[in-house]
Amino acid sequence: MNELIRLLSYMICLAAFLGLNLAYLGWVERKGAGHIQRRTGPKDVGPYGLLQPLADGLKLMSKQLIVPANADRPLYMCAPILTMVPAVLLFVAIPFGEHLVPREFSFGLLMMFAFASVGGMSILIGGWGSGNKYSLIAGARAVSQNVAYEIPMLITAITIVMITGSMDLNEIVRQQGGYIWNWNVFRLDKSILMPVSFLVFFICSLAETNRTPFDMGECEGELVAGYHTEYGGMGFGLFMMAEYANLVIGCSLTTVLFLGGWQSPIGIFPGPHWFLLKMYFLIWSFVWIRWTYPRTTFWGLLNLSWKYLIPFSLVNLLLTALFIKVF
Amino acid sequence: MNPSLFSPEGLAGVIFLILICVTMIGAIIATCTKRLIRSVSGLAVCFLGVAGLYYFLNSPFVAMMELLIYVGAVCVTIAFAIMLAEPDEAKLARKMSGLSGGLAVVCGGAVSFALGYAAVNGHWMAPATQVNDGSLKMIGASLLTKYSMVFELISIVLLAAIIGSVALARAGRRGN
Repeated sequence: MNELIRLLSYMICLAAFLGLNLAYLGWVERKGAGHIQRRTGPKDVGPYGLLQPLADGLKLMSKQLIVPANADRPLYMCAPILTMVPAVLLFVAIPFGEHLVPREFSFGLLMMFAFASVGGMSILIGGWGSGNKYSLIAGARAVSQNVAYEIPMLITAITIVMITGSMDLNEIVRQQGGYIWNWNVFRLDKSILMPVSFLVFFICSLAETNRTPFDMGECEGELVAGYHTEYGGMGFGLFMMAEYANLVIGCSLTTVLFLGGWQSPIGIFPGPHWFLLKMYFLIWSFVWIRWTYPRTTFWGLLNLSWKYLIPFSLVNLLLTALFIKVF
Repeated sequence: MNPSLFSPEGLAGVIFLILICVTMIGAIIATCTKRLIRSVSGLAVCFLGVAGLYYFLNSPFVAMMELLIYVGAVCVTIAFAIMLAEPDEAKLARKMSGLSGGLAVVCGGAVSFALGYAAVNGHWMAPATQVNDGSLKMIGASLLTKYSMVFELISIVLLAAIIGSVALARAGRRGN
C-alpha cells in the first residue's frame, strides 16, 4: 500500500512539475527572445506577463479544431498525442535527487533513447497526416535530422556507460560525487576528450530537440511553419508542449550524464536543488542559442553529423576503451 | 485455479491481455488498410505491443531494443521509403481479379488448418523457466563469451549490407 501511495504522489507531483515547466518555459523563451532582441516580450497579462501562459492555454483550448480536407483523419488526430506521450513518460526515470526518483531502472539510459526515438515516428505521422506538402517535407527533414544525430548521441552515451559501468541514471550520478572535478565533463583521467564529448552531446541534444540552429522542422520562410502547419488549437499546443518536454528531458539527461546530476560542485549539500539549477542553466543556454544564432542549412546540418560528429564520437569511443584498458 | 481480478496475478493477466490486444490491433491495421502510411503506423503499434510483451516477460533490455530499433529505426526507414516512392493513391483504383479472392481463401484455410492441427496434436515443450536475472550484465557477458561467434557473424552481415548499399549508391551517382 505504501508503494501505491508513493507512486500516486509521484504521479501527481510530476504532472504538476511538467505542467508548470511546459507553461512557463514558453514564457521564459518569449521573455528571453524579447530581451535579446531589445523588446519587452509579454508584459500585459499579469505582472511581468506572468499570467500569459494561462491566457495562451485558454485561447488554444477554446479554438475550434479544424481537420483539413486532405488530411488522413485518424493519423492527423493521433500525431499530437503520440508526440506528447513518450516525452511525458520519460520523466519516470529521471533522478531528481538521491532518493527523489520515481522509479530506478537499471536500464534507464537505454530507456531514454528508446522512447525518444519513438517521438520521431509521431512527427513523421503528423507531417504526413496533414495532407500538406510543406508539412510532409518538414516532417521528413525533422526525422532525418533526428536519425542522424541519434547516432553520435548514442555513441557518446556509450562512452559514459563504459566509464561508469552502469546504465542506471542514479548510479551514474552517484559515481560523480565529491567535488566539481569528479563530474564526467572534467574526468580527464578517464578520457582526455571528455569536455569535447560533452560538447558533442550538447550539440546532439540541440538537434534532437529540434532547436535552433538545427530547427529544420520549422522554417517559417520556406515551409510556412513546419510539421505542425495544419494544426490549430490544442493540437498545435500539444506539439509545442512536447517540444518543451523534450527540452527538459534532454537537459536533464545532459545534467545527469555530464554535470553530476544532484551532486554538489563543492561537496556539501547535494540535492535536487543542484539538479534543477544545472538543468535550468542548460535550458536557458538553449534559449540563448536560439535567439542568438541563425539557422543552418539542411545540407550543413547533415554534413556536420555524418562527416564530423559521428567519426569524432567513434574515435572518442576507441580512445576511451584504450584508456580503460591501459590505466 | 482462478485468481481474483485484483490480486497481483489477476492484474498481471489483465496487462498481458491488453498487450496482446495492442499487438493484434496493430497487426490487423498493418495488414487490412489500403494506405501504406497507415500500415506502417499499424506496424509501429504492433512493435509497441511486442515490446510490452518482452517487458512483461521480464526482459526489459530486449523490450527497449525492440522500441529503439524496430519503432525508432525500421518503421521510420519504411516511412521514408514510402515517401520517396510514388504516392499510393494511384494503386487504390487497381482491381483484383476474381480468382485471387478464391485463391486467398484456399491458402488461408490450408495454413490455418495446418497450424490448428499442429497445435492440437503436437507435443508442447515444457514452459520455459528463467535461467538468470536477465540483467544487462548477463546479456553483455553471454554475448561476448558464449555467443560471441553469432555476434561477430551478425556484425559481418551488417557490414556487408552497409558496403553493399554504399556501392549501389556510388554506382547511381557515377551514372549522372
